[in-house]
Amino acid sequence: MFKQRIKAVYVLIFALLIGYFVYASQVAGTWAGFHPFHLGLDLSGGTHLVYSADVSKMSGDDITSSMASLRDVVERRVNTLGVSEPIVQTQLGGALAGEGNAYKLIVELPGITDADKAAAEIGQTPVLEFRLATAADIKAFQASTTILSQSTTTQALEYIKLFKETGLTGAMVSRASVQFNNTTNAPQVGLQFTSDGAKLFGDITKNNIGNYIGIFLDGALVSAPVVQSEITGGQAQISGSFTLPEVQKVVRDLNFGALPVPISLISTQTIGPSLGQAAVNGGIYAGVVAFIIISIFLVLWYRLPGLVAVVALGVYTALMLALFKMIPVTLSAAGIAGFIITIGMAVDANILIFERMKEELRRGRGISDAMHEGFARAWTSIRDSNISSIITGVILYYFGSTAIITGFALVFVVGVGVSMFTAITASRMFLYAVAPRKTTALSTFLISNGFIK
Amino acid sequence: MWIINNRNILYVFTAVLIGVSMVALALWGLKPGIDFAGGTLIEVSYDSKPTISLSTTTLMTTVPTQTALIGGISAIDPAVSVRPSGTNGFFVRMKAVTQAEKAEVISVLSAHGTAPSTIKSFDSIGPILGAESLRKAIVSIILVILGIVLYITFAFRKVSEPVKSWKYGLIAIISLVHDIIIPLGAFAILGHYAGYEVDTLFVTALLVILGFSIHNTIVVFDRVRENLSHASANKPFANVVGESVNQTLTRSINTSLTVLIALFALYIFGGEATQHFTLALIIGILAGTYSSVAFGSSLLVTFELWTKKK
Repeated sequence: MFKQRIKAVYVLIFALLIGYFVYASQVAGTWAGFHPFHLGLDLSGGTHLVYSADVSKMSGDDITSSMASLRDVVERRVNTLGVSEPIVQTQLGGALAGEGNAYKLIVELPGITDADKAAAEIGQTPVLEFRLATAADIKAFQASTTILSQSTTTQALEYIKLFKETGLTGAMVSRASVQFNNTTNAPQVGLQFTSDGAKLFGDITKNNIGNYIGIFLDGALVSAPVVQSEITGGQAQISGSFTLPEVQKVVRDLNFGALPVPISLISTQTIGPSLGQAAVNGGIYAGVVAFIIISIFLVLWYRLPGLVAVVALGVYTALMLALFKMIPVTLSAAGIAGFIITIGMAVDANILIFERMKEELRRGRGISDAMHEGFARAWTSIRDSNISSIITGVILYYFGSTAIITGFALVFVVGVGVSMFTAITASRMFLYAVAPRKTTALSTFLISNGFIK
Repeated sequence: MWIINNRNILYVFTAVLIGVSMVALALWGLKPGIDFAGGTLIEVSYDSKPTISLSTTTLMTTVPTQTALIGGISAIDPAVSVRPSGTNGFFVRMKAVTQAEKAEVISVLSAHGTAPSTIKSFDSIGPILGAESLRKAIVSIILVILGIVLYITFAFRKVSEPVKSWKYGLIAIISLVHDIIIPLGAFAILGHYAGYEVDTLFVTALLVILGFSIHNTIVVFDRVRENLSHASANKPFANVVGESVNQTLTRSINTSLTVLIALFALYIFGGEATQHFTLALIIGILAGTYSSVAFGSSLLVTFELWTKKK
C-alpha cells in the first residue's frame, strides 16, 4: 500500500513535470528549451505545391538520380525565398499512382501565401543564348523605310529575327557572378564559360569582329554589343539596364541551371494565415470543452475510479502534447481533431476495467480482489480492440495521400499506444494507491458506479 | 436479452436504414470534393458585407454579388458555382485552372481591384492527382476491412463451438459494411440537399469509424468468448450471447458517449475546416455502436441457428 502510494506520487510528479515542460517550451529562453508545436500548412498558412515530373525520356537508374538532383535544385531555389522550414520531397512510383503520374515533387512553403510567385521561382528555367547578327544586316535594318514605318512592337520582332543561333548557350556557362561596371558602376552579370564554351566563344568572337552578339535571356534580347576583338579567356559580361535584384536573379538562375527533369504544376493549395489561426483556436477550445465534460461524466458515473480516470486522462494529454513537440508531429486541423477523438477513446480502457470491477463486486468479491480481477479480465478486450485501431492507423499512414491524412494517422497511432499506458498502467497505480482497503458501505459506494446508488 | 429476443425487429430496422442509404446513393450519388474530382476551390472574403443584388452590373462596384461573380467567372468555366461563406465572403468552386486563368479569376473576385478582398484559401488540384487520391482511398478502406477481419479470425481462433471463428470475422465484415453504408447514405442525402462534398477527410472519417466499430464489436465478441468458456453445455447459445450483450451494454454506451462528447465539442467549437469530418464521424459512431451492440450479436445467434438446422 505504502509502496504503491510512493510509486503513484512519482508518476504524478513526472506527469506534472512533462505538463510544465509542454507549457514552458512554448517560448524561447527557459530551461525547457524552445520546442513549439509544429503546425501544418493548413494551420500556419502557406503554400503546398505538387508537381508531376516527366520522366518518360529516361530509364531506370537515371530516373532515381535525376529526381534526387531535381530535389536539390528546387531546394536551393526554395531556400532563396527565405522560407523557414520549407519541405521539398520527391515521391517515386507507387503502385497506385496513375499512368505518367508516378513521379512527383512536393513543395511546402509555410508562411508563403503568394503561390504564383513561389511557383514562378521554382519552375523557372532560364534560357541564356548567344546569337549573332552581321553588321550589314543591322545597317540594312536601320536604313529600311518599310520597317521604320511599322509599329515599335513589330520593329522589335523583326530586329530579333536578324540574330542567328550560334550554339553557345547557358549550358556552357560554368559560373555566373554579380559584377559592377568599372566606369558606370552599374550592376552586370559576369560569366565564366566551360572549356568548350570558352573555345566556342573565342571562335565566334574571332570570326565576327564588327558584328553584333545578341544576348538573349528567355527569348528576350537583353543586350547586343559589337564584337571588338577576339575574346580568349572564356569570360564575358552581360551589361544592360539591369537593377541589382535583376542581376542577382539571373546569376542565381544561371548557376543553378535548368531543372534536370521537366516538371508541371498539378496542384496548388494556399491557405491564408487567418483561417489557420481560427482552426487552432477552435481546436484548443473544443479540446478543453471535451476534456471538462468527459471529466464531469467520469466522476459522476464512476466516482473514485472515475476521478482516477480523469487524472490518467490528464497524464495522457500531457504525454501526448510533449510527444507532439519532441517527435515532432506536424499538427493539421485533422490531427487536432484526431487527438480530441483519442481523448474520448483513451477513456475506453478505463470504462472497460471499471465496469468489470463492478461486476466482480456484485459477485461478492472484496474491493481489492474486484480491482485485480477488473484489470486482469478487461485486458483481452483492450488488447484486441487497440490492435485493430493500430491496424487502421498504420494503413491510413501508408496510404494517406496527403500530409493531412498521414498527420491524423500518426496522432491516432501514438494516441492508442500512449492511452494503453495511461489507462492501464498509470490508472492501476493510482487506483491501488487511493482505493479503500476495507469493505464498508462508504467504500463500496465510492468504488461502484452509476448515477444513483 | 431484449436485443437478442427481438432480433427480427432489429433486422427490419437495419434493412430500412441500409435500404434508405442505398436508395439515396443510387439516386443522387456522392458529390466528390476537388481532392477526388480535381478542380479549384477558392475562399474569398470582403472587407465589407456583400450586398444582395441580382444585377450583374454591380461587378464593378465595391463588393460583387454572388450572381456577379458567377457571371464574371463563367467566361472561364461556365459550370462555376459560388456559395456564401460567412457573412462577407464566398466559396468559388470551378475546374482546375492554369496560372493565366487563375490571375483572371482573382481579378474578377476583387471586382478588378475595386473590392478590397482577401483570398483566404486557394486550392487547385489536377484531375490526375484527384483520381490517384480516390484510388488510394478505396484501397485503404478495403485493406483496413481485410486487416481487421484477419486479426479477428486470428484472435478468436480457439473459439470454434458452436460458431466457427471465421464466422466472427464474417459478421464483423457485415457490420463494418453496414457502418460505412449509413454515413455514405447520409452524405448522399446531405450532398443532394445541402451540397456536402466527400473528400479525403471524409474517407479518414470512414476509416476511424471502422476502427471504432470493430473496437465495440470485439468487446462484445470477447465477452461471448469468455462466457462460452465456462457456460454449461446445455445452455442455449442465444442466452450466452444475450448475457454477453447485457454485460457489455453499459460499457459500450459509455465509451460511445465519451467519444461523442469529444465529437460534439469539436463539431460546435472546432471550426469550419473539420465540421463535415466531425459530422461524418458522429453519424458513423452512432451506426457503429448500434451495429456492434445489437446487429452483430443478433447475427451471431442467427448464424448458429442456421448451422444447427443443417
